[in-house]
Amino acid sequence: MTQNYLDLRAATQARDRSLRAKVMTLEKATEIVQDGDHIAIGGCTASRTPLAMIWALIRAKKNDLSISRSIVSTEGDLLFGSGICGHIITSWFSQGIVWGISKVMRSYTETKRAKFEEWSHMSLGLRYRAGAMGIPFMPTRAMMGSDVANQLENLKEIECPFTGDNLLLVPALNPDVALIHVQRCDEYGNAQIDGLQFMDLDMAMAANKVILTTEKIVSNDQIRRKPDQTKIPFLTVDAVVEVPYGAAPHECYGMYEPFFKHMDDYADLTKDDPDKGVAKYLDRYYYEPSNWPEYLSLLGVEEMLDATRRGRSIYDV
Amino acid sequence: MMSEELPYSASEMLSVMSGRLLTDGQTVFAGVGIPLLAATLAQRIHGPGITILFEGGTLGPFVVPGELPASTNEQRCTRRANMLLSITDVLLLLQRGYVDVGFMGGAQIDRYGNLNSSFIGSPENPSVRLPGTGGGNDISSLTQMIVAIKHEKRRFVEKVDFVTSPGFLTGNSTRHDTGLISGGMYRVVTDLAIMGFDEKTKSMKVEALHPGVTAEEVRDNTGFDILIGKNVGVTKAPTDEELSVLRHLDPDRVYIA
Repeated sequence: MTQNYLDLRAATQARDRSLRAKVMTLEKATEIVQDGDHIAIGGCTASRTPLAMIWALIRAKKNDLSISRSIVSTEGDLLFGSGICGHIITSWFSQGIVWGISKVMRSYTETKRAKFEEWSHMSLGLRYRAGAMGIPFMPTRAMMGSDVANQLENLKEIECPFTGDNLLLVPALNPDVALIHVQRCDEYGNAQIDGLQFMDLDMAMAANKVILTTEKIVSNDQIRRKPDQTKIPFLTVDAVVEVPYGAAPHECYGMYEPFFKHMDDYADLTKDDPDKGVAKYLDRYYYEPSNWPEYLSLLGVEEMLDATRRGRSIYDV
Repeated sequence: MMSEELPYSASEMLSVMSGRLLTDGQTVFAGVGIPLLAATLAQRIHGPGITILFEGGTLGPFVVPGELPASTNEQRCTRRANMLLSITDVLLLLQRGYVDVGFMGGAQIDRYGNLNSSFIGSPENPSVRLPGTGGGNDISSLTQMIVAIKHEKRRFVEKVDFVTSPGFLTGNSTRHDTGLISGGMYRVVTDLAIMGFDEKTKSMKVEALHPGVTAEEVRDNTGFDILIGKNVGVTKAPTDEELSVLRHLDPDRVYIA
């Protein structure tokens, strides 16, 4: 994941970075992800999670993926449960504080069927930032002296050559592919993000490829009228997929909040027998529907409207 | 433990007592749950100029009563905020020195204020894999900390199973020596008492008992030999105003039950 600089540059130089349309289907976009890849997931916890793309990757039965994300929620359970990923790098892993500790995460990690590699939130952010900057590491003053640092293998402590301070160096993270869900972008991949940005900008710049899913595709003219709103440039983007409600049942800022009842039901389903519960969930919502609209129908119009009403209310105060 | 007849819950006690430790004008990095409630309570009672930071990337919000966020990373956190920024950048404000207080809960704490939210048991063969640090490690590495936690023997242990968020490590100057040259534990607030740390040894000591609580009770609910001075203070019980503001913020009693 920390790549030789000239290889990293060469891979970037070899990409078609022209202003070209790259709209495709979810199924087509899955072909960008290779077995064994390291995939960075945009958003945070239950916010702007690119769930439609994750849904498609699970259906495409990818193999041996490793995943990183600032904070991992239910998508981590589903990545473990589906068997497409056995290694997650993150700072916090559970559905969300109100739902308690993820039973699926516990089941997979405590039986050593999967690995949860824990980094502090800022150090993970600095790893993407170093990747985005094209440098091999970032120094930090956090995490020293803790067992979080003791558990990790690829860290180095140095004495600062200028001040003599002790500093911890965290290695750059250049994901093979980043999956990012946004409110809108054009067909070239110029993406505008409303609200919280999380680590998505660094992630897009650090990754070797980016798949954008978007609530809607807007014209390039619309992007050019407010270029200051563009957060991810088309240069970094390899695929654009238009997927309304592409983060459901998680939230998408200003559009919908989490589908709380569905999230409660998921927690109940995985509470007593997490392995069976997650398998049942995957069957019902991931494998059985023939397409994304059918998945959304299973979530239900009533829940969708409720989440949408709450989501839009952010602009009322 | 708090007896049944008291007109407030243990969580309400924690929220009120920790909220009082904040002063107007401070910049407070808060987790969700009790820390968020306590900081918001302080904003409404005595510190309208308290600036709250959330690790999801929110600077200076006022959360809406009855719509408390379930995480620090969602749109509910951004109500009436001054600025939204990236997770990395909001955390870097800690490193740069803009934050006065980091404020969070914890699963397990030890004599030197180290917090564990990663593993119960050994990290190799844990009996419970906990959710992990989130920003907890960064916050406790880089600023002065207030921790709100229920006072139970299983939570107050001699040595935590895993140091997720560093307190004073093994006491004396060990925190400083490891490279953590700023910040450190300031106060631990429980439903029984308020604790600080000995200036030299950095061992936890009782600063004040809550009304009706004895030193004996604190000892009985602590899994290590806690320092208790001769002249510990007694806190003032939560006022009607504090309780009513708190209940207005969390009408469904999601966090104060």
